[in-house]
Amino acid sequence: MTWGNVETLVKIGEVIEASGSQFVAQCYKLHQPPPLGSLVKTKEGSIEIYGVVFNAETHSLEPGRRPIARGSEEPGGEDVFQANPQLAKLLTTDFGALVVGYREGGELCHYLPPRPACIHSFVYLCPLEEVEDFSHSLDFLPLLVETNLPMPVDEVIAACFRYFSQAHADRRTFLVKAGKELALLLGGELKRLNSILRKLK
Amino acid sequence: MISQNFGDENRLGIVVSGSLTKGVEVKLDPGISVEDMVVGRYVTIEGEKRHFFGTITEVSLEAIDPKIAVAPPDISDPFIAEVIAGTTVYGKLRVLPHLTLGSDATSILEGPQPVKTVPAHFSVVKLASPRDVELVFGSEDERQFYIGTPLDMETKVCLDVKKFVERSNGVFGKSGTGKTFLTRLLLIGILQKQAAVSLVFDMHSEYGWEGQDERGHKVKGLKQLFQSRVAIFSLDEESSRRRRVNTDFIVKIGYDEIEPEDIELLRQTLNLTEASVQAIYQLAREFGERRWLERLLDLKDEEETKQLVSKLNIHESTYRNLRRGMENLRRFPFLVPQAPDNSVRRILEYLDRGINVILEFGRYEDYAAYILVANLLTRRIHTRYREKMERAMGEDLARPRPLVITIEEAHRFLNPELSAQTIFGLIAREMRKYNVTLLVIDQRPSAIDEEVISQLGTKITCLLDNERDIDNVLTGVPGKSELKVVLSKLETKQQALIFGHAVPMPVVIKTREYGSAESYREFVSPRLADRGQRLETDDLWG
Ligand SMILES: Nc1ncnc2c1ncn2[C@@H]1O[C@H](COP(=O)(O)OP(=O)(O)O)[C@@H](O)[C@H]1O
Ligand SMILES: [Mg+2]
Repeated sequence: MTWGNVETLVKIGEVIEASGSQFVAQCYKLHQPPPLGSLVKTKEGSIEIYGVVFNAETHSLEPGRRPIARGSEEPGGEDVFQANPQLAKLLTTDFGALVVGYREGGELCHYLPPRPACIHSFVYLCPLEEVEDFSHSLDFLPLLVETNLPMPVDEVIAACFRYFSQAHADRRTFLVKAGKELALLLGGELKRLNSILRKLK
Repeated sequence: MISQNFGDENRLGIVVSGSLTKGVEVKLDPGISVEDMVVGRYVTIEGEKRHFFGTITEVSLEAIDPKIAVAPPDISDPFIAEVIAGTTVYGKLRVLPHLTLGSDATSILEGPQPVKTVPAHFSVVKLASPRDVELVFGSEDERQFYIGTPLDMETKVCLDVKKFVERSNGVFGKSGTGKTFLTRLLLIGILQKQAAVSLVFDMHSEYGWEGQDERGHKVKGLKQLFQSRVAIFSLDEESSRRRRVNTDFIVKIGYDEIEPEDIELLRQTLNLTEASVQAIYQLAREFGERRWLERLLDLKDEEETKQLVSKLNIHESTYRNLRRGMENLRRFPFLVPQAPDNSVRRILEYLDRGINVILEFGRYEDYAAYILVANLLTRRIHTRYREKMERAMGEDLARPRPLVITIEEAHRFLNPELSAQTIFGLIAREMRKYNVTLLVIDQRPSAIDEEVISQLGTKITCLLDNERDIDNVLTGVPGKSELKVVLSKLETKQQALIFGHAVPMPVVIKTREYGSAESYREFVSPRLADRGQRLETDDLWG
């Protein structure tokens, strides 16, 4: 099976910030980022770069200009945007992804690519078959475990395991395997291991 | 790495550390339960250049962080328990490698060799397959006798009987662990492979005609299985007749055959003082080696006694002590002033014809009788063997058949005080110089002279739980502390650890079944199915 035939996939956003280990993409649709822990990919020349979504954020397009509450007169939430169509143009949803590997010439690597993603490259949500293929090896796990994020990384790891497990026919077997990999990486950090494992139901 | 493929169902884990003397540590793979691991089991280790064959000597639980004991993970959750097993906590084995097999042509021809190194880090450890075991312990043939099966395996462990009889050997174990059953098997092995001829001092009359198992069911003795190749000699005609034993000869021993040395060994048993023993030698000087006992027992009137005592300057109390001890011998009807036939000569005649001799003690299951008779006969038989052997060497004649003498309660003969004096101590020490070796059976090996124990070629030991017994049996054995654990963990019955000369490496066996109709058939006409068939070494380790 071949993956990465991007023509058949729906693009969900565009890279607006990129480093070797992370990228940030802006969603085409307001309030519709890919789920936490899901697998996304983008392209850099002939390389496809994979990322695990670790965060999403909706904010005003103009820095310094904060939205103000407008719904006191409206019966439902949708109606704020209907009543003020210009609002959707002033706001945007971004999401961040941790780079977990790349594919070059059909070969899958579970470590960092040679170059970061290009700004304005399109970002796609990987279909479950591709998630399954990618997660046959969990060698990317250190990239998640050892990262420094402004948010609890253990939540990301747990979400990623839950999301990836849906792609496997035998969900439990995958989770046990992933859990064991994690246990080895975390060594003596039993509390941390325990708390992640408890989030894997 | 977990993601590695553990396709091989026999795989147990990998070597993580170790040393030649203490054995290697093996980290169990996550899926392997420590509870399935049994001390004494065989494993193979696939080193880089050679294969190793060894036994599990210890099983332990490990955690990568000792804190886990304080804050244990939530293993009531089966998912967490499964993840933790083999990662945060894991099982560990200690494996003592015993043999190696190189993969080049010369080493394959040489067969398994003693280990001189350890397998490399992360070598894969597997349960030994039946073919591995067969490569090491051979299959039944003209020399190899099937003695039992390894734990949890159907394959046969064989004993090289020809090698076995080259040295003196021992069978040990607590009471009721299977020594007698094992000894029956060994005797059959020796007979079947015609490796030697046996003389058994059968204290409890259980080898010759028939014995009993624990539930009181009869089991056949050697004569019932091998009519023409076993002769039963009896010290107790009446008992033999009552048990309908088909005896070949009734043994009587004349007073004139008892020498002072024979009594000296009975000092403790007969409660003789040191002075009494000295008095015996004086009597022998006075009346001659052949007459002293009869003369002593014949002393009737006070006057005669007084005269003798004062002549030899024997103290009154010494005389009484001696007399009481000797009167004790009178209760044995097999002791007679003059024997009608020469038992030693008869035994030798049978042995010369290759017929195994089992001497039953009948009702005289008494240490005094046993020690006296076994010593007396063995001393003379040994002398004859020595003469024959020396003649054979001098005149280039055929040597006498190798002889194996079986004694029970061996510590009565071979304890540190006596072993230097008894014929049995001598035979154990001189190895097979005169083609005579011992098979000693004992439940208290700690009471046997350490030097004798260390001379034994092959030791077969059932469960022992006394620390000193275990220590003594394992004196001078490489890997002693590991074997100690193995030994103390044997089942209470029908399991034994064999090590020494006749096996390539220590082995724990479930002793071959003795007592079923099927078992008898196999003893009498063994099916040597794979006789002459040599296995391709490549296949075995492949
Ligand atoms: N190889 C065997 N085959 C069948 N039964 C055995 C075997 N070994 C031991 N047993 C059982 O264990 C019991 C004790 O064995 P035994 O040889 O009499 O012990 P020991 O001589 O050590 O006191 C026997 O009565 C028998 O029931
Ligand atoms: Mg017994």
